[in-house]
Amino acid sequence: MTAATRSPAARASRGRGGYGLFLLPGALLATVVIVVPLVSTLGISFTEWTGVGTPEFVGVDNYTKLFQDENFWASFQNILLIVVAMAVVPTLLGLVLAALLFDFVGPRLGDRFARILRNGFYLPQVLPLAVTGIVWGWILHPQYGALNSILDKVGLGTLARNWLGDEAYAIYSVMAVMVWVQIGYPVVMFMAGLQRVDPELYEAASIDGATWWQRFSRIAVHQIKPEIYIVLITTTIAALKVFGQIFVLTKGGPGNATLVPSYFAYKSYFERADVGYGSAISSVLTVLIVVLTWAFLRVQRRGEEKA
Amino acid sequence: MKTRRFRPLTPIVAGVLTVVVLLVLAPMVLVALNAVKAPEEYSNKGPLSLPGGLYLAGIRTFWERVDFTQVLLNSVVISGCVAVLGVLLSILNAYALGIGRVRGRNWFLVAFLVANLVPQESLIYPLYYMATQLDLYDSKFTVIVIFTAIQSAFGTYLLSSVYREFPPELLDAAAIDGAGRWRTLWRVVVPVSRPTLGVLFTFFFVWTWNELFIPLIFLVSNENQTVPVALGVLQGERQMDATLTSASALLGIAPAVIFFLVFQRTLTRGVTAGAIK
Repeated sequence: MTAATRSPAARASRGRGGYGLFLLPGALLATVVIVVPLVSTLGISFTEWTGVGTPEFVGVDNYTKLFQDENFWASFQNILLIVVAMAVVPTLLGLVLAALLFDFVGPRLGDRFARILRNGFYLPQVLPLAVTGIVWGWILHPQYGALNSILDKVGLGTLARNWLGDEAYAIYSVMAVMVWVQIGYPVVMFMAGLQRVDPELYEAASIDGATWWQRFSRIAVHQIKPEIYIVLITTTIAALKVFGQIFVLTKGGPGNATLVPSYFAYKSYFERADVGYGSAISSVLTVLIVVLTWAFLRVQRRGEEKA
Repeated sequence: MKTRRFRPLTPIVAGVLTVVVLLVLAPMVLVALNAVKAPEEYSNKGPLSLPGGLYLAGIRTFWERVDFTQVLLNSVVISGCVAVLGVLLSILNAYALGIGRVRGRNWFLVAFLVANLVPQESLIYPLYYMATQLDLYDSKFTVIVIFTAIQSAFGTYLLSSVYREFPPELLDAAAIDGAGRWRTLWRVVVPVSRPTLGVLFTFFFVWTWNELFIPLIFLVSNENQTVPVALGVLQGERQMDATLTSASALLGIAPAVIFFLVFQRTLTRGVTAGAIK
């Protein structure tokens, strides 16, 4: 490497030696806590193991069993719905809400008011998932829950359901809760993104007689594409990993109506003592997440190059 | 000029948005209302009535049943240690990768990114096995070590990209003053990047506070449980009535809302600045 191609930061320091020492504790810890367990899980997925004694090598048996297991397919079908509820719907709703707050509320009623509303949307994000689960578990409870009793009060008692206990509604109830949890994140991200948009673009559009919707869909959405990418990728990954809400709300039930991969793996590990099988589920999920992220980053990079 | 055309709609939009925000907040308000209601009042008048008086027995019962003082303390200790250690480790890693540009830094960054993506169930069983073999199971120390590694993987990734843009003049000046790498780090790099470090600290604290999966598996005894674990486990017991459930939920919501109010600025700035999840 010649001096000219070196970064300024590298130029400042004479040589590279010595910095490796700073990396040592972090690299060691990451190896013990993340790399070794990750590789072990992959290894265990090719064995049959109850957690005690020696694992017995069984080749790809766990994987062939997995792909024939209806619980596995149910969990992946559910996770797709969770992605819709945690990534797709909040992104779409968040776009509209952020634009409305930014265009109507901010300029007319003051940024302070817009900020208060934005923070209201964001508040569910900071609650521990376990608490979210308890709050909604109670609201949706068939006997003493708030929702059914509200429905009763306004004369819509016939709409009352066992929201989380009925196979037909459980996953949709969970999805609704997820939208509630997630909505604040895109609103905050997109409102920050909208501040970058050059006001002159808007003025030019106004002069051309563009409606609010045209201005929103043709200019705003286009300008905050980087934020949209980031929100989509982070929420999709979060959705694929979802565990806490399911654990507290439904425990994957009734039946496998709300089963998700992480809870399925948890059950295999700690309830069925089928560690090899649980490891296979986890490994499939890990590969899926890494591949998806890689694809997202590629698309994003290509988008940036075009722009 | 640019918003004039939309003026007649403004009150309607603002009204609708306010109602939507109130609906978003409604579950928490409902919880607060019912946490201070007597059980008889709840069964007679339902969840929507205003409480006739301040009935604190539900909160007290729950507090004593789970020894909430201890539980809160556990959460503070674990989240606080993880936040401090996680930020320290992120600084060291990012100093080597972002400013030091050690050989193979791109591979390290990819590794830290993947470490971020890995679902916890891919780590949990080997970690659980190691902990039981080494007699480190059911200990706050183990959970602190695990989360320090997980959070600093994210911190390293974020902070490395911040440090790549670190003003070289400052590093040059420190070198001219004869400062070694160690001193340059603590006297120049850390003070200059303090706002980012504050964001990282806040997020590490809140994320660790909210974690359920790993603490649920590693902290089984009552004296080690964190707030989410204590609430989650009790929820499973099903012998809770509506007011006791609300009381427990309120105790879970209160610290989170307090953080939110205290760290509002940092949180919203962090969300947007660092592309934090």
